[in-house]
Amino acid sequence: MLKLLLKRALAAMLTLVAISAGIFVAIMLLPGDAADIVLGQASSEEARAALQATMHLDEPAPLRYMHWLAGALHGDLGTSLISNIKVANLIGSRLTNTLLLAGLTTAVAVPLAIALGITAAVWRNSIYDRAMMMLAVASVSVPEFLVATLAVIGFAVELRWFPALSKADASSPASMLSNFTLPVATLALGVIAQLTRMTRTSLIAVLDLDFIEMARLKGLRQSRIVLHHALPNAAGPIANAAALSLSALLGGVIIVEVVFDYPGLAKLMVDAVATRDMPLIQACAMVFCAGYMALGLIADLFSILTNPRLAHS
Amino acid sequence: MSAVSISEPRRHRRLPLSAWVGLTIAGLWACVALLAPYAAPHDPGKILDQGPFALSSSTALLGTDYLGRDVLSRVIFGARFTFGLALLAALAASATGAALGIAAAVGRRWFDGIMSRTADGFISIPHLTFALIMVAAFGSSLPVLLALLATSYIPGAYRIARASAINVNATDFVQIARARGEGTFYLVFREILPNIVAPIVTDFGLRFIFAILLMSSLSFLGLGVQPPDADWGALTRENIEGIYTASLSVIVPAAAIGTLTISINMAIDGFFAPAASEVV
Repeated sequence: MLKLLLKRALAAMLTLVAISAGIFVAIMLLPGDAADIVLGQASSEEARAALQATMHLDEPAPLRYMHWLAGALHGDLGTSLISNIKVANLIGSRLTNTLLLAGLTTAVAVPLAIALGITAAVWRNSIYDRAMMMLAVASVSVPEFLVATLAVIGFAVELRWFPALSKADASSPASMLSNFTLPVATLALGVIAQLTRMTRTSLIAVLDLDFIEMARLKGLRQSRIVLHHALPNAAGPIANAAALSLSALLGGVIIVEVVFDYPGLAKLMVDAVATRDMPLIQACAMVFCAGYMALGLIADLFSILTNPRLAHS
Repeated sequence: MSAVSISEPRRHRRLPLSAWVGLTIAGLWACVALLAPYAAPHDPGKILDQGPFALSSSTALLGTDYLGRDVLSRVIFGARFTFGLALLAALAASATGAALGIAAAVGRRWFDGIMSRTADGFISIPHLTFALIMVAAFGSSLPVLLALLATSYIPGAYRIARASAINVNATDFVQIARARGEGTFYLVFREILPNIVAPIVTDFGLRFIFAILLMSSLSFLGLGVQPPDADWGALTRENIEGIYTASLSVIVPAAAIGTLTISINMAIDGFFAPAASEVV
């Protein structure tokens, strides 16, 4: 089992390196180089040459990539072209902010979605179930910025319950509530929509099995059948689904941070794209890919842990 | 989650009402996109006399935008970008993905290996992150947008097509056809392809929705369709300051995206009822 996990982790690491090389190639294809971006059009040849030397731009591309990779492994992700600050320093606090947002969303969305999914599965085909599933389809079909914009119009402009812009301030419960309610609710909606459906599907698959029929024939109460017999058997797929649906956060957080002007990593990356600050974009992209793959690994871990056939292979 | 099954034999089946509603709404948007010059009351670039963020009136039914242009006309022309570009991208992704997937299923082992590992790599990049990198590297133009949307969804389409084709390839009737001495061309086009049309079409519908959402999000971030053109995502963004005064100019384009994606979803669910919407 450990071997299987190590293999998956190793594959994820290799993919990450491959992605970093891919981004590197994409940057190389750019017309002009980083020195042009920093100095602008009107620059003297000497200034260019000097800057190229300090940025290692005079080296051949594979060597430059090895430099970057070696630096990245030591936590040195290069220097921002625009602000001339170390990328690692720029990312640090922003990453904490984004993780705070993602963590709060997870804490809200996962329990709620599992509860909704269980009730929808138990009352299968009821009006409640159908309404839930229709809402879920509608929520995953709608862009996050629509939800975010409607939330701002409704709760910030009309009702004035929450501010339209969010600060990363979680110092007191009151400021946390006012800053995080709207962004977390927007992000949570997408996760809840996906996870509710997957929870419902997983639980229904178990509820259709013979031993549940048996339990029912024995005269057990419905609540006992669901909580003690069915749910433990659906726990693996549900945990797996939870990790997978959280990957929706990686797209959603970009939109939400921009709409609410939240000082997170995603906002940093979008701003970097606007100024073509390549080292910064590369570092942010690597963090997002790593997060995405970590969630995939966690999902794998859950399926391996709860599936004896995989666990003992 | 990739529910892969051989297509059921064609039976006369009544479509559920929701599928008809979905098809009708999506069809209406397609007509709007096609007939935009005739449907729009004003030129989308023309600045009207009402001034910016004017409220709804008889000349501008949905009011005017941040420059004083007719919101309704801009939404109608925006349909061309949102619907057209996403449709082209989804078609390109599905066609390429299906071709590569079938080739991997019937072709040599090494080809399958290379293609599948590459797909695994691409799938590990979140779509919006991939889009941001591409826009940063190549700038934002319609060809770049089309290419990045298509490449985003090829790996997913490839996986579905490959899994379906491998299933069919292992069935008795294909093995018999092979034993009969039929060539690869015959096997692919007469035996395999007709039997994996349903999962591929379902997958195409989902890619179409994803492409609409991704492109709109990119435009909403200001990194997609560039002014003076605007898709629905860009329209939402450029009028965002009007959210306090002329909220229609923000809500209508954003809601248009919602009606289109939900209607496509309803249509797919109706056609390929089970498991269609569970594919990631």
